[in-house]
Amino acid sequence: MNKLNVRVWRGGAEGAFQAFEVPRRESQTVLDVVTHIQRALDATLAYRFACRVGMCGSCAMTVNGVARWTCRTHVDVALKNENQLTIGPLRNLPVIRDLVTDMREFFDKWARAKGSFEGKQTRRDDFAKIRPQSEDRRQIDAAIECIGCAVCYASCDVVAWNPDYLGPAALNRAWTLIKDARDQKKTERLRAVAGDAGCHSCHTHMSCTERCPKHLSPTAGIAGLKREAIFAFTGGSS
Amino acid sequence: MNARAQTYMWVAQRASAAVLALCVVVHLATMIYAIRGGLSAAEILARTRGNVAWLAFYAVFVLAVAVHAPIGLRPVLGEWLRWRDASRDGFLAALAILLTVFGMRAVLGVFL
Amino acid sequence: MIGHTGTWAALVHRVSGILLVLFLPGHFIALGSALEGADHFDSFLVWTQQPLVKFAEWGIVLSLAAHLGGGLRVMALEFLPWRDWQKGLAAAAAAAAIAVSLAFALAL
Repeated sequence: MNKLNVRVWRGGAEGAFQAFEVPRRESQTVLDVVTHIQRALDATLAYRFACRVGMCGSCAMTVNGVARWTCRTHVDVALKNENQLTIGPLRNLPVIRDLVTDMREFFDKWARAKGSFEGKQTRRDDFAKIRPQSEDRRQIDAAIECIGCAVCYASCDVVAWNPDYLGPAALNRAWTLIKDARDQKKTERLRAVAGDAGCHSCHTHMSCTERCPKHLSPTAGIAGLKREAIFAFTGGSS
Repeated sequence: MNARAQTYMWVAQRASAAVLALCVVVHLATMIYAIRGGLSAAEILARTRGNVAWLAFYAVFVLAVAVHAPIGLRPVLGEWLRWRDASRDGFLAALAILLTVFGMRAVLGVFL
Repeated sequence: MIGHTGTWAALVHRVSGILLVLFLPGHFIALGSALEGADHFDSFLVWTQQPLVKFAEWGIVLSLAAHLGGGLRVMALEFLPWRDWQKGLAAAAAAAAIAVSLAFALAL
């Protein structure tokens, strides 16, 4: 039977890669590999997963240098020209243990970007009328499917260089809300996302767009935020 | 730096970039044309002395550079040198002044 | 992050910008020496004929062209409607930069 050489990060911020040999199987995913290690080889390995079918984003890890959903990454694809699989936790986040990261900062920044909807209508009001084909709604739809998996955050160089940077996911979510005609907090949100820690720090590396498993483009949303900021903050307003 | 200030800086950067795009194309084309067959001070100064159009052009060029370079350097200092406190902006303001002073000295030196 | 087009384009844009801002004060001071008269300027120009200086000049021109190309890419991404050919922008910027520096090198 074919064997696969795997190195897995063990420890926290300090630690080392531990080597394992795993049976190679057809259509094997990286999550299959991690699961096999934990069940058959070393029960002390810590890792996250939930749905196993590419819907929840919990299984995101760094695979051969690239942040990916391990349940949707075939070993063949991850290996490319290499003969060894190297699996580590997502970058740019504190490591709790082994492959598990502390996601609090990721979601704290989401809150700091005011990434939640604030409407003004109640159940007694009529529905808001938003045309699905309107330009605003189409732009929102292109960015709305984010499930908060942090692959973009882990891939972003500016997040690595600037600890305050809100990051692609938080800014992308803020963009979808700013374009939403029903939302009442547009100006406050723009103030929260423009600034040293916000959209103006995006240098269009586009790693987020390249890596997003849902094929979103935070770079596009962030560019939109930059344009919105022009109207909100220049010319004597606010 | 707050949202308002950061937005103004961003706008200034893109505006100066647009000006510089034009200036750089003209400057490169001129230099490529002018240095064919070598270059001497007399040759340069003969073309540039007393030429008000070139004076105006290069004055605008220098000012656009003095705006664009410090703003461009700011995130580099913050992200790669971890220089993020108020002294960074002081340094960049000084750089803007330095570029303006030496730039205008060069422009006047070649045109007057 | 690891070696894909957008990151390279951004890094080239940044590094070329750094080189330019390091070069410019010297460039301005050198040109300002013309204030002291043509002879002073000429002796400076003689110095610039040295091969190493010529190579550095070519490097500066390449940096300028690369920085302009990278900057146009950034502005296109920030202002133009979003399209899928964004990656091509980096390639176009690179091509333009090389073309300009070749023209310069040939003219030297």
